[in-house]
Amino acid sequence: MRLVVDLNKCQGYAQCAFLAPDVFAMHGEEALIYNPHAPEEQRERLARAVAACPVQAITADGLGGMGETDTQAAREASDVR
Amino acid sequence: MSADYVEWLRREGRIVIVGASLAGLRAAETLRAEGFAGELTLIGDEPYEPYDRPPLSKSVLLGKASPRHTELPHRRETDAKWRLGVAATGLDLTAKRVRLADGDEVEYDRLLIATGVRARPWPKEDEARLDGVCLLRTRDDASDLCRRLKAGPRRVFVIGAGFAGSEIASACREMGLAVTVAERAGAPLVGALGGVIGAVAADLQTENGVDLRTHVTVTALEGDAVGRVRAVHLSDESVVEADVVVVSLGSQRNTDWLAGSGLGAGPRGVACDAGCRAFDFRGIVTDDVFVAGDVARSPHALFGYQFLSLEHWGNAVAQAETAAHNMICRGAERRPHLWMPAFWSSMFGVNIKSVGVPPMGEQLMITQGSLAERRFVGVYGHQGRVVAAVSFDNTRWLEFYARQIERGAPFPVEFPTMDRRPEGRQPVAADFPDPSLPTHGPTVTLSGYSPADQQLVFHPARH
Ligand SMILES: Cc1cc2nc3c(=O)[nH]c(=O)nc-3n(C[C@H](O)[C@H](O)[C@H](O)COP(=O)(O)OP(=O)(O)OC[C@H]3O[C@@H](n4cnc5c(N)ncnc54)[C@H](O)[C@@H]3O)c2cc1C
Ligand code: SF4
Repeated sequence: MRLVVDLNKCQGYAQCAFLAPDVFAMHGEEALIYNPHAPEEQRERLARAVAACPVQAITADGLGGMGETDTQAAREASDVR
Repeated sequence: MSADYVEWLRREGRIVIVGASLAGLRAAETLRAEGFAGELTLIGDEPYEPYDRPPLSKSVLLGKASPRHTELPHRRETDAKWRLGVAATGLDLTAKRVRLADGDEVEYDRLLIATGVRARPWPKEDEARLDGVCLLRTRDDASDLCRRLKAGPRRVFVIGAGFAGSEIASACREMGLAVTVAERAGAPLVGALGGVIGAVAADLQTENGVDLRTHVTVTALEGDAVGRVRAVHLSDESVVEADVVVVSLGSQRNTDWLAGSGLGAGPRGVACDAGCRAFDFRGIVTDDVFVAGDVARSPHALFGYQFLSLEHWGNAVAQAETAAHNMICRGAERRPHLWMPAFWSSMFGVNIKSVGVPPMGEQLMITQGSLAERRFVGVYGHQGRVVAAVSFDNTRWLEFYARQIERGAPFPVEFPTMDRRPEGRQPVAADFPDPSLPTHGPTVTLSGYSPADQQLVFHPARH
């Protein structure tokens, strides 16, 4: 599953790092680093993090209906392949 | 533009986007989201689908992400024809055609140019070819650099202490690698944030064990008998042995392919109006060629109508959305791209963010926190107005300062702020280097005439 965080929006509240620690981590006190390619078994945690981010900074696709920014994205993820 | 034409364009027109990265992808999605039903083609010279670059110098080097997996999530289906791995090599404005490297030509009714920038290479070609001399702009660059860092080089040498160079040095230290950074200016980040903040960045580097050399230039890269880089020669006559050299000297606009097209395109980017419509070389606005992202130069009402070239992730997204909207709209429905410049970086565990245009400010006030603690907000002033703010580990205040910039709030900052220290009561010179001297990676460039005296009320675009 692909994801991207708009770090201009991110306020470092660390909600995501709390809910999906294998995908998101704080680096120092405020800087967020993350894995933009979350493994499949993180699906549910990632969806929770997307939903919980107070500034909605996380965009993910391939979540199968959970936490998408756009319902269209729920359709088979990439039209590139 | 006649209403009929726009109707027809939306239904069955052909839109071509050159540059299949962040701006190109977001523009394609916006076109579809706003009802464009015609033929959409994306042309990209990299063989990969659009991926995100900021993680390449952060999560990827820190081992948190794979350089091969930073593809951007799609917000919606684009139903586009992707021509990846083939560069656009020319543009015929009259025939409305893009020429490709494989000899093909693609016709368009409207064109979006989103070709971004590339890393400025080491100027001496034979030295640049030495094994171990790296750049960091693309996914392939990142894979190569990662591999070399993992192999445990004895020393890494970074040329240029802009954001990218500093982030690379930070990652090296975290991996326990010895690293030397050379910078022509007096401190890291001076082109972007000025000398006062640069001094804080310098302390961060040296305290974290970076061998920082300022006021020096690299004069030569030396190779061994089998063509591997082995040492770096500096203008102060010192020689530093290193087996990985990262060239981080800022970027060059990808406009070469537009040479001779008649567009107002050059080394500073493609000039456009506030609605993202490209200018031709006579300064006349076109109506079927649009520009977005790092390659664009566009005037901004908030900053004296100066042309801004921004190498900012957020700008690429916002400008792509505006350009896409305007491409399929009638004149009266078009919007200006009046995005508040915003940028982030993180290094040595410190979160750095800025809003507005710091290099426009002559003066700086530390309105919250203190430089010594490396936790502060600095506000930049120009001609009595607030034009930018920077924060070190103090993100949550930036939104407030962004509003101050929009309002053209007076500078020096008069309102009382939380956590204001005595040293922050008076402005100091922000200490930017002479703009005529080259610095590495300012990431925001002012490149236009400034009507010195103007009054305005800014209404930000609502998306
Ligand atoms: C290592 C790194 C770290 C960064 N960190 C940050 C950060 O922390 N914060 C921030 O705000 N920004 C950051 N940025 C900047 C951000 O990535 C850019 O602003 C953003 O990528 C711009 O998107 P773009 O689509 O305009 O251009 P680009 O991403 O440069 O994409 C342009 C695309 O067009 C292709 N192209 C060029 N010429 C042609 C041609 N003739 N034909 C076909 N295709 C062509 C290019 O190969 C490229 O794929 C960073 C950039 C890098 C490299
Ligand atoms: S939850 Fe949102 S704001 Fe908080 S750290 Fe994660 S992305 Fe940033």
